[in-house]
This record gives sequence, structure tokens and C-alpha cells, in this order.
Amino acid sequence: MAKHITIFAGHYGSGKTNLAVNYALALRRQGKEVIICDVDIVNPYFRTKDSEEVLNRHGVRLIASPFANSNLDIPSVPPETSMAFDREDIYSVFDVGGDDSGAVALGQFADRMKAGEHEMVLVINRHRLLTSHPEDVLGFVRDMEAASHMRFTGIANNSNLGHETTCESFLQSIPYAQRVSELTGLPVLMHCLREDLAAQLVEPVPGLFPVRIYGKSEWKIY
Amino acid sequence: MGEKFLMKGNEALGEAAILAGCRNFFGYPITPQTELAAYMAKKLPKAGGTFLQAESEIAAINMVYGAASAGQRVMTSSSSPGVSLKSEGMSYLAGSDLPALIVNVQRGGPGLGGIQPAQSDYFQATHGPGHGDFRLLVFAPSTVQEVVDTVFLAFEKADEYRMPAMILADGILGQMMEPVEFPEHAQVKQFDKPWATTGTQGKRKKNIINSLFLQPDELEIINLKRFERYQKIVENEQRWEEFMVDDAEVVVVAYGASARIAKNAIRSAREKGIKAGLIRPISLWPFPEKVLREKAKTAKAFVSVELSMGQMINDVRLAIECSRPVYLCNRVGGMVMTPDEVEAVIVKAQGGAK
Repeated sequence: MAKHITIFAGHYGSGKTNLAVNYALALRRQGKEVIICDVDIVNPYFRTKDSEEVLNRHGVRLIASPFANSNLDIPSVPPETSMAFDREDIYSVFDVGGDDSGAVALGQFADRMKAGEHEMVLVINRHRLLTSHPEDVLGFVRDMEAASHMRFTGIANNSNLGHETTCESFLQSIPYAQRVSELTGLPVLMHCLREDLAAQLVEPVPGLFPVRIYGKSEWKIY
Repeated sequence: MGEKFLMKGNEALGEAAILAGCRNFFGYPITPQTELAAYMAKKLPKAGGTFLQAESEIAAINMVYGAASAGQRVMTSSSSPGVSLKSEGMSYLAGSDLPALIVNVQRGGPGLGGIQPAQSDYFQATHGPGHGDFRLLVFAPSTVQEVVDTVFLAFEKADEYRMPAMILADGILGQMMEPVEFPEHAQVKQFDKPWATTGTQGKRKKNIINSLFLQPDELEIINLKRFERYQKIVENEQRWEEFMVDDAEVVVVAYGASARIAKNAIRSAREKGIKAGLIRPISLWPFPEKVLREKAKTAKAFVSVELSMGQMINDVRLAIECSRPVYLCNRVGGMVMTPDEVEAVIVKAQGGAK
């Protein structure tokens, strides 16, 4: 059962933005009214705004700084973000910037989050060098919770190696996510895998969340 | 080689430097390079090193001067406007024959410009990184994996030739994420530094690191000797990658992120029967003029693909002594060309050569 507000936070580069876009679209497919709030104040290049077209097409409203993807290097969050708290009839997905410096942007909303009505999801990727061991994640959790004045409520295992992700690397990440779960006391809410790979899995994986890769397609340069 | 990790170019620059034995980083944050400094802040102290965020870029480059004088492997990094601030310090490093690594993750300019990617500091890096007659070794990686190799190479060659080296990257390479594998033990040669100011312990003559010379004839000799060294580098250190270039009639020249876009364009042009190929400079100074001079014997035309108003194109013309037409394909200000735009210029170059 989806919560009224779902927040994706974590180490930068763990895939929060793409996961947030996928999650918002999945909620929309269930017929819900959905907004996605870009509260990333640190990433200069890769933003929710890159997926504006697909979000619009599916009727997900994007709340993003008018300066996202411009040359203005100013950390700002649009005032319309408060819609997430003012309207209880809509579902809101928050895309937070990486690490504690990104999680700071959440602090202003901490007082308005009602217990039990939001999910704050820790996005983890085993193939990021600074979070490759489950123990490494703990420091990030501590720093991000302190910066945001909020507590995580669950984990999204988003372990991937970009275009070199395989079913095998995905399956190997499951024990990693379970170990992070043991260490943090947080439940694993979802295991994310690119949808073409998800279709190739032989055994069913509980909590499997197939994702598409959105974002800057013109920069797919090999 | 070990496990693969998904990394930003900026993070790979930091991790590779630590693997290369660099234990000193002095910098100042600027987009789109900041993740490199942030990575060093997290990781370098754990490796027994020193990370220091200086009060300015100028302070940072002078801290580099101090650490390099003491014989330490040291680096700094910035993006375009910040590198301009470091230019005085780079000249002092060169004038004192000090090895160090300077990273430039380029953004659009001039002035404060913008935060989106560019390659418009080519002239600065390869022709005028500061006042006086001097050169930097300049390396331009094109993938996150190659970032690792060029960082190792830059530290090694800087020590070997006693001069500062630069990694000239761009915002795309700094920010993009790719799988990367690190060697378990970096193969980076160490060189004795008998000139370093490490304390005499009363056992040897004192070393002096200095770029001020009171007698002009003395300074002239030092300049001439330094340029003899530069000549050796031009002869021995040109590096490049060849891509589909053996039978190429149109030779594209592109470095860094632009080279990746050019490769897509070349594949597409080949499908249409156009014999196009790529020379990708890995060293920008020394510029790979040998191979270009060789290719000019058989190619009909050249295309310089760059995120600037046409800077590297001059070095291409010089290398081939203007013996073939050289076309420009460029975008600037933080905009990036598409493979289609490059292909259109390749087609034009092929037609224009008939």
C-alpha cells in the first residue's frame, strides 16, 4: 500500500532520480493523482526535469525549480512543493539530492511530515565504491538523517552497473541489501532491476520492481 | 584487476589519484568538478593523506607548490574559471621545475560562463596556461575507465620530466557514470627527488626551489635547457587512439567527450559508405602531430570536432601543414553536438574534397 508521500534519498549516484520517476509513473498507472517533487539542490546535470516529457505524457505533474538544468547554480526548492502537504488527495514522490548535502533540503519539510503517512526510502547500490560494503551505508544513513531531521523507513535495493548490469549481478546484490536491512533495522521495500533483465529472471524475486531508464538520452554516447 | 564499480568521472579522478600514491589534495569547490574534492575529503584522510579546502583557488595552487617542493605527489582540481585563477601558480610550478597534477573539468565560458560542459580551455591548457615560456603535459581521457589510466600516466610523467601535468576533462566526463575497474596495484613509477626540500639533517647541501633569477643570462640558459626537455617530450610522448582510420578519406580529430560523439557519427557515416575515421588525441600537449602528418598523405580532408569556437583546429592545420582542408564541427556555451551534426560535417568534408 503506497504512502501519501514517498521520499527517495541516498548516496549520490545510487539512482534516486530514475527510481523516483519510475515510482511516480507506477503510482499513476494505478490511477492515482501523482506529483513528483525535485528537491535536489546538488546535482547540476542529471535531474528529474530530464524526464519532463515522459512525466507530462503520463499525467504526472513535475514540481521543479525553473532553474533546473540551466546555468544558474543556485540551490532552490520551488514553493509549489508544499502542495504535497496541503492536498491529501494526491500522491507525492520526492527526489532528494545525494548525501547529507542533498538531504539538507528535506529538513524544511520535516515538521510537516505526519507519522505513518510517508515513506522515506534509502536507495542503495552495491556497485558504488563508497557504499560497496553494507557497513559503509551506515555512515551515510547517520549523516542524511541528521541533515534531514527525518528517519528512513525502508530500503530500495537499486544495485546496478549501468549498461553492464546483469541478472547475475542483480541476484548477487540481494544478500547485500538484506545485510544493510539487518544493520539498519529497515525493511527492504523493493529490489529494482531494468525491465528487460527482470523479464529474464528464472525464479521470482519478492519485492521485484522493474524499472525503465529515463533521463538524458542525448548523452548516451559510447 | 578487481571488481567493477559504477562511478562518476570526478570520483574516478580522485580514486585513481589515491591509488597512484597521491596523499595531498588542495582545492576549492566549483561545479561541475565538486564531486572530486568531495570524494577526496571523504577518502584521503582514511588513506593517511591530507585534504584541505583552501580559501581560494590561488591559495590551493600555492599549497600545491609547497607540497611539490617537498617532493610530495600532489594534486589540485577545478573548473574553467578556477583554473584561470591558478594560472599564476602553474607558471611558478613550471618555473621551479615542480611536478604536480592539475585537473580541469571544463565548463562553458568565457568569464563565469555557465556550469554545462565545454572544451573551450584548450588554448589555455596547451598554449598559454600562464605567463612566461612554459608547457604543461596535457592528457585528455575519453571514458571514466581511461580517467584512471591518464591519472597514473600524468603523475608518472610529471615526476619523470619534473613539470606540472594537467588532465583536461569536461563536464560530461566529470558527471557521467560508467562502470570502472581499478588495478589492485597501480603501476606508477616512482622517481628519486634529490632536489626536494626535505631537510638536510646537516648531511647535504641545502636545496632551493625557486623561479626567480637575478641574472638574465642565467635565466636564458634555464629556459633553453627546459625547452630541450620539452623537445624530448614532443618526440617521445605523443599519444592517441586510432578508430577506423586505416582507409579513411575523412579523418575526424576529437578528444574527450567529443570523441565519443564523433565515434557514433563515424559508424553511421561508414554505414552510408563514407570512409571516415578518428584520430583521438590522448595527449593534447604534446599534440599527436606525427600521426596526423602521416594521415595527411592519404586523407582527403580533416574535421575538428570540439566544444569550442575552434581552438584545436589550429593544431590540426599546423600538424598537416595546411596540406588538406580542415572543417570545424562545434557547439559552445554548454551545448553539446549530436552525432547527426558531426556526420553532416563529415559528409560536407568528403564532398568538399572531391
